[in-house]
Amino acid sequence: MIALQKVGVSFGTGATRIDAVRDVSFVVDAGESFGLVGESGSGKSTVLRAIAGLIAHARGDIALAGKPVGRRRSKADRKLVQMVFQDPYGSLHPEHTVDQILVDPIAIHRLGDAGRRVARALAEVGLGPEHRFRYPHQLSGGQRQRVAIARALILEPRILLLDEPTSALDVSVQAEILNLLTRLRREHGLTMLMVSHDLAVIAHLCERIAVMSHGAIVEQTTAERLATSTVDHPYTQELLRSNKGFRREEGEGLCPSTPAKADPLQSIT
Amino acid sequence: MSDTLLTVRDLRVVYPGEQEAFVALRGVGFTLGRERLGIVGESGSGKSTAGRAIMGLLPRSARIEASELRLGTTDLLRLDERGFRRLRGKRVAMVLQDPRYALNPMMTVGRQIAETHRTHLRSTAAAARKAALAMLEAVRLHDPARVYDLYPHEVSGGMGQRAMIAMMLIADPEILIADEPTSALDATVQLQVLAILDELVRRRGMGLILISHNLHLVSGFCDRVLVMYAGRVVETCVASRLAEARHPYTRGLLASLPELGHRRPELPQLQRDPAWLADTAFP
Repeated sequence: MIALQKVGVSFGTGATRIDAVRDVSFVVDAGESFGLVGESGSGKSTVLRAIAGLIAHARGDIALAGKPVGRRRSKADRKLVQMVFQDPYGSLHPEHTVDQILVDPIAIHRLGDAGRRVARALAEVGLGPEHRFRYPHQLSGGQRQRVAIARALILEPRILLLDEPTSALDVSVQAEILNLLTRLRREHGLTMLMVSHDLAVIAHLCERIAVMSHGAIVEQTTAERLATSTVDHPYTQELLRSNKGFRREEGEGLCPSTPAKADPLQSIT
Repeated sequence: MSDTLLTVRDLRVVYPGEQEAFVALRGVGFTLGRERLGIVGESGSGKSTAGRAIMGLLPRSARIEASELRLGTTDLLRLDERGFRRLRGKRVAMVLQDPRYALNPMMTVGRQIAETHRTHLRSTAAAARKAALAMLEAVRLHDPARVYDLYPHEVSGGMGQRAMIAMMLIADPEILIADEPTSALDATVQLQVLAILDELVRRRGMGLILISHNLHLVSGFCDRVLVMYAGRVVETCVASRLAEARHPYTRGLLASLPELGHRRPELPQLQRDPAWLADTAFP
């Protein structure tokens, strides 16, 4: 459904040139959920934006639903792939009601029957008719992210790109959104590509996972292998260690005057 | 073992509104010794409000009431703005979430750190500079002399956060309040910053309040954890035993976290019980 062949993105020229994405290739099958993990600046969001057609100067080949897409995307190409952004506070127009936000894509694509489509999309993401004429600031973070998901789904795309869809949300709301995405994927047979820095979140939603560092994929692995810590690349191992969180040595914690036994940074850097 | 540095009893913070008042804290109580105390809870639970009340940083419109709010022998309830200004940085300091916003963008990192030293210790410019450089080294920034002359936009998130820790610790406060100090950082950098914070606080025998929404982080880092819900502490537990928490809210939060190696088709969603709001069992 998604095939990337040696995709590269650079910003700037000459001495200030930055290769944000270098020779990234991967394939995602129809109905599959694929994850991209890495730290800030690793290029994972840039890959997503290139697939969405938001970076016109991306090099390499991108094919969606078996068809190569060029620099200029047709309306049909754009309808095929939709995106949900990280920050539900920044990705919704503050002066548009939920209804306007959802009607816009319908109008652009001349789909018609806007009223019914909006009502259905809202119901699908667990919002009621009472939310339809509210402004984003009248909604909670979780409700806003539901609106963003509804806006992506209203064009009935086959591919959903998710850029850290839950990292701005509380954990209880995160669980709700992750459950919603799981259900939508099942009901619509969606292909999902998700970016996150949280290994547990990505392993929850995705079967296969690519690990990015400095613009390149260093390892392609599976949720299964992450869970059992059987990953090959040292960077992936480091990410796994970091994700387990801060751990002090046994017995060290309760006595404030104990000097540090070992330099805690040695194991990290 | 640990003498009490801070006592908070029945702290209430109310924002008067046009129609009805908003109660941000409804009777929060805890004490802090020379330990690492974690405060966890979701947005709106009041954890940051509690931290700011101790710093005297709540907006003027906030009404603050408590039966006791004491730092050592100082009664914080009777302190005016001048009194708080002498206290902030010197006795209680606060590390905020995002160094990009918390640092002064118009001043080099080093000068901001030296400024704290000069203000509270009335030191000379040369002495303050020397102390700031030593502090930058203590937070393990390579080449402190170079970092000293950088502006906040020229440093990475991890470097900025270390600089902020340096600034907060330079006057040797008794208590450090860290409000989501690592949430804006990458996981690997997060560990480095926590390790630095841990080492400095431990070596100086300070009291640390770590405010965070991240339950795993707090249970791994702190000695004791307060769980806040709707402006109240609903549970206190030994940090390493957070997994054995008993309050349904804490249990619900823990259950809703996706876990590596324990994949569930669906995550249990938190069912909020109105009874949690009425829970006054906590002293």
